[in-house]
Amino acid sequence: MSRPEGTRSGRRSLQVKFVPDEDVLKHIVDDAGAKVRKDKAQLSASVKRFVKKLEHISDKEAQEILEEENYVAALGICAQDPVGNGSNISGGEVYSFQTPKRSNKMAELASELALTPEKNVTPDHSKCPEKTAKTPQSKMHLLMHIFSLLFQNKKKEFVSTTPYRLRKRLAAPDPYLESESEYSASCSEEEDEEEQKEVSIVLSDQKTPAKTKAASTPPPRNSLAKKIKEQKMDNLVEEYFEAHSSSKVLTSDRTLQKLRKRRLNQQTLHDLLKNAPLAYAAEIRDLNQQHESLFSKWMLQLHLGFNIVLYGLGSKRDLLEKFRTSLLQDSVHLVVNGYFPSITVRSILNSITEEVLDHIGTFRSPLDQLEFITKRFKEDSSLELYVLIHNLDSQMLRGERSQQILAKLSSLPSIYLIASIDHINAPLMWDQAKLSLYNWLWYETTTFNPYVEETSYENSLLVQQSGSLALSSLTHVLHSLTLNARGIFRLLARHQLEKKDNPSYPGLSFQDFYQQCREAFLVNSDLTLRAQLTEFRDHKLIRAKRGADGVEYLLIPVDDSTLTDFLEKEDEDV
Amino acid sequence: GCFVFKPSSKKRRLSDKTGHDFRSTSSDSEDTELRFVTCQSLWNQIKLETQQIQEDLNKQLLDNLVSFLSRSHSDFQEKTTKWTCRMKFREIPTAALVLGVNVTDHDLTFRSLSDVLQESITPYVAFLEAKDCPGIKNLMQKLMGQLMNCDIEVDSLEDEDCVQVSQNRIRCSMPSLISWYESVTQKTDPETPSKKRNSSSRHWQFPPVVVIFKDMESFTTKVLKDFIVISSQHIHELPLVLVFGIATSPMIIHRLLPHSVSSLLCIELFQSLSCKDHLSTIIDKLLLTSQFPFKLGVKVLQVLINIFLYHDFSVQNFVKGFQLCIVEHFYSQPLSVLCCHLVDIKKRIYSLSHDQCENIRRLPSFRRYVEKQESGTQVALLTNDNFLKEETENLLEDLHAYHENYVLILRCLHVFTSSLPKYPLGKQIRELHCACLENQVWETEEYESSLQLARMLNKSDLVTMLQQCVEILMSSPGKEFDKTVEKLKEFLTQFQNLEEASQEQDVSVSSQKELQKKTDLYHLQKTLLELKESRKSKKLTKFEMLRFEVVDYIDRLVRKYLVPADNRTLYEIMYFNAATVLRGHLNAAPRTALHMALNNPHWYLKNQALKCDGGGISNKAPDICIVYKLHLECGRLINLVDWLEAFSTVVMAAEEPNADAASSDQVDDIIHARFIRAVSELELLGFIKPSKQKTDHVARLTWGGC
Repeated sequence: MSRPEGTRSGRRSLQVKFVPDEDVLKHIVDDAGAKVRKDKAQLSASVKRFVKKLEHISDKEAQEILEEENYVAALGICAQDPVGNGSNISGGEVYSFQTPKRSNKMAELASELALTPEKNVTPDHSKCPEKTAKTPQSKMHLLMHIFSLLFQNKKKEFVSTTPYRLRKRLAAPDPYLESESEYSASCSEEEDEEEQKEVSIVLSDQKTPAKTKAASTPPPRNSLAKKIKEQKMDNLVEEYFEAHSSSKVLTSDRTLQKLRKRRLNQQTLHDLLKNAPLAYAAEIRDLNQQHESLFSKWMLQLHLGFNIVLYGLGSKRDLLEKFRTSLLQDSVHLVVNGYFPSITVRSILNSITEEVLDHIGTFRSPLDQLEFITKRFKEDSSLELYVLIHNLDSQMLRGERSQQILAKLSSLPSIYLIASIDHINAPLMWDQAKLSLYNWLWYETTTFNPYVEETSYENSLLVQQSGSLALSSLTHVLHSLTLNARGIFRLLARHQLEKKDNPSYPGLSFQDFYQQCREAFLVNSDLTLRAQLTEFRDHKLIRAKRGADGVEYLLIPVDDSTLTDFLEKEDEDV
Repeated sequence: GCFVFKPSSKKRRLSDKTGHDFRSTSSDSEDTELRFVTCQSLWNQIKLETQQIQEDLNKQLLDNLVSFLSRSHSDFQEKTTKWTCRMKFREIPTAALVLGVNVTDHDLTFRSLSDVLQESITPYVAFLEAKDCPGIKNLMQKLMGQLMNCDIEVDSLEDEDCVQVSQNRIRCSMPSLISWYESVTQKTDPETPSKKRNSSSRHWQFPPVVVIFKDMESFTTKVLKDFIVISSQHIHELPLVLVFGIATSPMIIHRLLPHSVSSLLCIELFQSLSCKDHLSTIIDKLLLTSQFPFKLGVKVLQVLINIFLYHDFSVQNFVKGFQLCIVEHFYSQPLSVLCCHLVDIKKRIYSLSHDQCENIRRLPSFRRYVEKQESGTQVALLTNDNFLKEETENLLEDLHAYHENYVLILRCLHVFTSSLPKYPLGKQIRELHCACLENQVWETEEYESSLQLARMLNKSDLVTMLQQCVEILMSSPGKEFDKTVEKLKEFLTQFQNLEEASQEQDVSVSSQKELQKKTDLYHLQKTLLELKESRKSKKLTKFEMLRFEVVDYIDRLVRKYLVPADNRTLYEIMYFNAATVLRGHLNAAPRTALHMALNNPHWYLKNQALKCDGGGISNKAPDICIVYKLHLECGRLINLVDWLEAFSTVVMAAEEPNADAASSDQVDDIIHARFIRAVSELELLGFIKPSKQKTDHVARLTWGGC
């Protein structure tokens, strides 16, 4: 959701009004003290915070938010700055989250985290973390901003992609900031209030609903611990309803598109990650060695009729692989990659019947198959099978029926199951009956290994997978079509792009489309157009929808960016 | 996604594989083989014992059921020719079997039930489960399949094939079922009546057909209704008996079935033993006995009991946990080789190696023991293996004796505490057992208050309790308690004497009679005051004295025998105490582990850079931790761009020292890639999911836990 325009303009005006950083900083430095008073005020504020009715309090909150932005703006990093080079956005920009405070916190935390290691870089900061911990959170923002700016700023100079204006502005205060960094230890509160007043004078008429919402966000972390505890309970409840009451989503509108960052495809992602060194390799190795020492114990317990399930953060694939290669070489075993997107219980059962039991033939249902397997294993006591399932909780296997079958399978005395789970809700798959069939022994194996294989099949959010696929399929299909057909499609695509700002765009109606095609001399009758459309539809290039008025609307089910890319490419070709 | 690996060489592994595992793992320590054998034999004994207990407990229930089933169609037997007279009766005899909520244990009960039925009443038993019967058609199919299979088992001679074929072809309907039943009963009956009588005289000529609905609650109303209505039409042709397995309460029948249907049933209720009683018996027979040398420590026992009480009510799981304890104990404790019956101990002790002797010396309880000895003995214990072995033998014998006495006195104490109001030491003996194991029970407040209460017991209660105690102590084979028994008997006779002497106690009554005389107010007051005085200073009656004596005696017994086990020397050999291991394996908390790893990676990765005070994490933490931490600060939806920026801010700050201007673009790409990986990992873990609500947004799936 975007904040109403008023604020934007308001902030802009602030920016104009608000003077160089030096001034602000001086202002800050001059003031020192009166922490106590402020603390009290803070406390009462946080106590009353839930009483939303109290108008002035929410005002205060709003002011606090504004005040933050105020500082950001003052220090020259503001979302409103036309950021041309999106590829390198400063951390400060993150503050332009146009949401209540809650989401600001992410950035806040980021800068907070960014700060901590700097201890050794700039020794005079060393006091800050402790000190700041005591000051109310909202006051900390300012510190954070300044600090993060400081470092950002340093970086900027190397990178030199920051807007000129910004760089110029930041270059000057830098030494100043450095020298002043000690002030932070005694971060004053007075000035905040003053700031607030100033802000409220300027912006008192610009309270938006979005801001009043902020009133219910959690109180600053660092007020008295007791208070926090009391509030936390209410807070959780409130937060929940807060989050679910409004259908509006209070996040910024920025998209990856605007970042102009090229989307990575699976291959480049893989390569990049390969180059990136794995952090804490030594520690992770230690951790894994601990787990490996349990292998023979697992073996023993498997043989005693238990089945083993591994949980904990990190990919357990390598661990299980190692278990397999070190202990199972001499026995028949089945490895199931649960994360594989097309895995089914049936394929698991099939591989047991066909490859382990050497049975040729089909079964009417998985249950029949299971019965057959059970019978065979009961008849022949020398038959033994180890089953390793990576990600027993994967999309394809987590269904009730699949789990039931697997549980039955695992309850056979000569089938030894060892599986891994990752999803936080994985244990919910099993009810008492299944649990007793599985007869689990749980082992915590936190490995911290990256989930390389497990996530590679996933249709990841950021990986340009669907997009690139769609684009390539578009071009492929269209290349096999006649020139006229390509023209028709281009026409539709262009029309759709023109209307891309209209979120309720239903598609191009058939009649209009026909008209346009005729005008472009692409078809001569609606029959030819229909034939063409059928072809498109067969290749899933378009989708037809009947509107409320019974008119057929045509739509290309591809996102705008892909479509733009496609048109660009087409234009090159033509 | 599935890959089968077969060993290249077809060699079979040793049949003694499990033992091999046991051996290979603990190769560093001693006597693994013997330990494994001991472990296995102990477990087998315990398994048999539990099965026996289960059978005994179910016996009553099964007997009742069997008699009901045999009664249900007795008319059918007698007046086989006059079926028509039963036309008007349409009620199906039904047994409602209330089994309790521990569904997982039901299977055992049903299995033994079907065994008993096959044995004594009818070969025709069918089990139906709700998930196999979504419709009446599936139900009939399942039913007929099972019944006809029993048929094959009964006379699996010549016509196996034809039955097999017909089973697939046959139309599953009630008439076909009836015709099948007729053919079966006709066929077996007239052909060889004599043979029939010999081979299966236990079955009647027309055995009832028993249909067991394992989980009545999960069946849909429609299926049950249809089945009952249909079969009630045919009850005169097919002697059907239904058994409903009920987990909740018998009310469910009426809730599931409308009145018109439930009126077709002639329901009789059977209640199985509650799982809590079952557990008590198990604990009684497995733990509070000197039959098994292996013992559970207090923490372990509490873990097992808590899992039972708060999670599943499953006795099977309890036994499973017990099994795990045994395995763990024998696996991890090299000295557990001595955890055996008294008869074997001597031999085993003298075959101990030097290393094992060292192991004994290392036991904390043994060190405590050594410290208490004189210096000469100390040296001998620490240097002379043979002397140590002798001493160990004595100590272990002491330990065994301690167990026997402990159990007896515990039971005696339980007799007292279990009848006190409010049960300060618990109602069940297991609670008392835990209290006694945990610390010196006589130092606890609860014990104090229960003694107080015991001092107020009335005579008849006291006498019965004492009698019970005498019985318990008499049951022990040893001589240890002969004196105690004598003492208690003496108490009993004293109580008896008291009764006879009680008539003489009417003296005080006379004084009260004086009050009834006419007096003036002054005198009345005076006499009343005197009376009060005399009461205050009145000596305890003989009974009260005796009562005090008894309680004190019991107290002495408790202090002598109910010493917590971990005060005993060498208790580590018998007691399994690793409660955390057990809890980790049986009652794991995957979410907590995940949360811990994400919030506090230092817990797992022992790197100084990750150490962080307070709730925060360092910015050098693994990517996924940083990404997770950042996402906690967001609302329902998370903007990926902002997230990415926040992430890169953190990561860049962490890497600043070596982030030269050289290839910032490439660095940026790498950060981007790392971010992608971390986000998709979070998605795999179920913290976020893609959202279509807004472009480039993901939805958060978890709340709290910050």
